[in-house]
Amino acid sequence: MPTINSVEDLKRLREEAQKIKEMRDQAGKTQIVVGMGTIGIAAGARETLKAILTFVEEKNLPDIILRQTGNLGLSGMDPVVKVTLPNQEEVVYVKVSPNIARKIMQDHVVGGNVLTEYVFKE
Amino acid sequence: MKKYRSMVLISSGESSKSKGSDAVVDAFHQAIEKYDLGAEVCVTTIPDSSSVKNQPLVIVYPEAVAYGPVLEENVDFLVSEHLYKGRVAEALRVSDPFEMKRISWLLQRTGTMPAENRIVLEYVGVIDPTSINDFLTHDGGQAFAAAVEMKPQKIIDIIKKSGLRGRGGAGFPTGVKWQAVRDAPGDKKYIICNADESEPGTFKDRVILEGNPFSMIEAMLIAGYACGADEGYIYIRGEYLDALEKISNALRAAREFGGLGKNILNTGFNFDIHVHSGAGAYICGEETALLESIEGKRGEPRPKPPYPTTRGLWGKPTLINNVETLGNIPPIIHNGADWFRAQGTPSSPGTKVYTILGNVNKTGLMEVPMGITLREVIGIYGKGMKSGTFKFAQTGGSSGSIIPAILQDTPMDFDSYRNVGVALGSGALLICDDSNCIVDCVRVLMRFFKVESCGKCVPCRIGTEQALDIMTAISEGRGTMEHLAQLEWLSHGMEEFSNCGLGQTAGSPIKNMLDHFRAEVEAHIKLGVCPAGVCSMGK
Ligand SMILES: Cc1cc2nc3c(=O)[nH]c(=O)nc-3n(C[C@H](O)[C@H](O)[C@H](O)COP(=O)(O)O)c2cc1C
Ligand code: SF4
Repeated sequence: MPTINSVEDLKRLREEAQKIKEMRDQAGKTQIVVGMGTIGIAAGARETLKAILTFVEEKNLPDIILRQTGNLGLSGMDPVVKVTLPNQEEVVYVKVSPNIARKIMQDHVVGGNVLTEYVFKE
Repeated sequence: MKKYRSMVLISSGESSKSKGSDAVVDAFHQAIEKYDLGAEVCVTTIPDSSSVKNQPLVIVYPEAVAYGPVLEENVDFLVSEHLYKGRVAEALRVSDPFEMKRISWLLQRTGTMPAENRIVLEYVGVIDPTSINDFLTHDGGQAFAAAVEMKPQKIIDIIKKSGLRGRGGAGFPTGVKWQAVRDAPGDKKYIICNADESEPGTFKDRVILEGNPFSMIEAMLIAGYACGADEGYIYIRGEYLDALEKISNALRAAREFGGLGKNILNTGFNFDIHVHSGAGAYICGEETALLESIEGKRGEPRPKPPYPTTRGLWGKPTLINNVETLGNIPPIIHNGADWFRAQGTPSSPGTKVYTILGNVNKTGLMEVPMGITLREVIGIYGKGMKSGTFKFAQTGGSSGSIIPAILQDTPMDFDSYRNVGVALGSGALLICDDSNCIVDCVRVLMRFFKVESCGKCVPCRIGTEQALDIMTAISEGRGTMEHLAQLEWLSHGMEEFSNCGLGQTAGSPIKNMLDHFRAEVEAHIKLGVCPAGVCSMGK
């Protein structure tokens, strides 16, 4: 982690960070984000995250970025998992148990087919 | 979270469903996709609000135009006319004046958007709370960068001009508080973030802390720079283990990064932050009890004045702000005071984060503009009552008020609520239907106050106990009319003579009960029955 010494540093760092993000978005990587607030964790988000991690390791999938985030405000819908394939719209899955997570990994992340039955609907 | 240009509400209760509202909702989604409006228009469902003949009812904001009945085949035309070309589709409009009156609560809000509008929660659920890099990519740190290039007084002027008021319950103007700390004599000052959040039913602060811990650090840095402080504390409720972990990590990362410590950004400004974990006492959320607790003493409130702004932590001038209040600071500095004032109401600008719970279909968290009404909250966000009809709401955990159904059209902001004798509280909305008994509810609240009273002063220590005894007596069928006079006297006495906010507000539920639900209480006493069938009545 670089340290900052001036206001210019801070502004430059943001631009660099944004560039890295853009590159990451264009570099053909799949982003998977798991909601890990207290509510998510209580609903089993840790197990879901673990299932995804294990899947990625077992299948040795390249180019996957797995991140966590806070509460998404979709109450009663946790665990929530967001999947973004390269150059595609973000898909929000809700009530993702470890089993469903494995299915999503297999069918959506590997196979490219969105599992509509688990997608968030208002 | 996206900001939308228009919002479409479609009635979809049982009776609308039988008239095909599901197909209408689907058709809207398809048409919006067809005209490529997905990024600008949001579609949501509401309970049945009109008479059957106009169902399915469709209301479009911000113009607040009501259409009905809308059939599946009308949808394409409606979307293309109103949402794409921007013309009201007169042919489909609800014309019946009687009907217009019936749904007038929905139509009054021309020009506003009841839609969720995220300021404080904007990046919560978007960024990775464990990565300072991700925070920076999302404009993190830029408000602080802008702030250190200003004179401290300029920052305070912006906050004053924004009209931001404290979200910790009392609604005190934030800019005025910052000014008081800046003007207080002394060269050692402190900034404290009050993250004790112990009101039953609230968890908004926790979501902010867990979702975007860096924003708290940024806000405290700005406050420190503006008020001339060099040390800060975050006082976190003991049970919030995950929030504690996220904040501690964020502080470590910020320190390594050079965002905390000595001579930050080479501006000569020093600031560091410590974390202090609470131990489960509700009273420690009260600002002076919190100070005692940090100092290692018993969490008992101090007499005020002197206020913490002049004699706070270890006798030094101290700024204490709630998590949500601080969460508003970086966006205000980033976007300006006028931008902030454009949302909410003139006397309470901005948004409010609420947790909604109780007898509604959808419970959870929402951030909406100040000034929306309880009716909207229940209809639009709560998706209607789960059972029965709406009887009363309890705001802000316990130091809030009981809001009877007749006040559900009062705008929810600090002043409008105060004018009708109730309080907005800190952000919990417990929605109760007619199967709940007011006596039972107030009895439970009194038990809470009795347990949480610190016992330092007599009116609160004895008053809450007496009030609980009387409420228990009424609920067990032993109530007398004299009890009601005593309750009035107690509630008045606690409000008038207690040392801190706990005792001063402990009587408000009693007052609200006697003002709005007297008949129900008297039924317990005179007829010996609990109309809702909740109280034991001694059997
Ligand atoms: C009994 C009691 C409990 C309180 N609990 C909290 C709390 O948990 N969190 C909070 O921010 N403020 C709480 N407050 C309000 C604080 O005393 C103080 O007014 C607030 O932190 C000021 O911040 P603000 O100006 O940003 O609203 C409580 C007050 C009382 C009387
Ligand atoms: S009002 Fe109640 S909580 Fe506050 S100081 Fe007095 S006894 Fe303690």
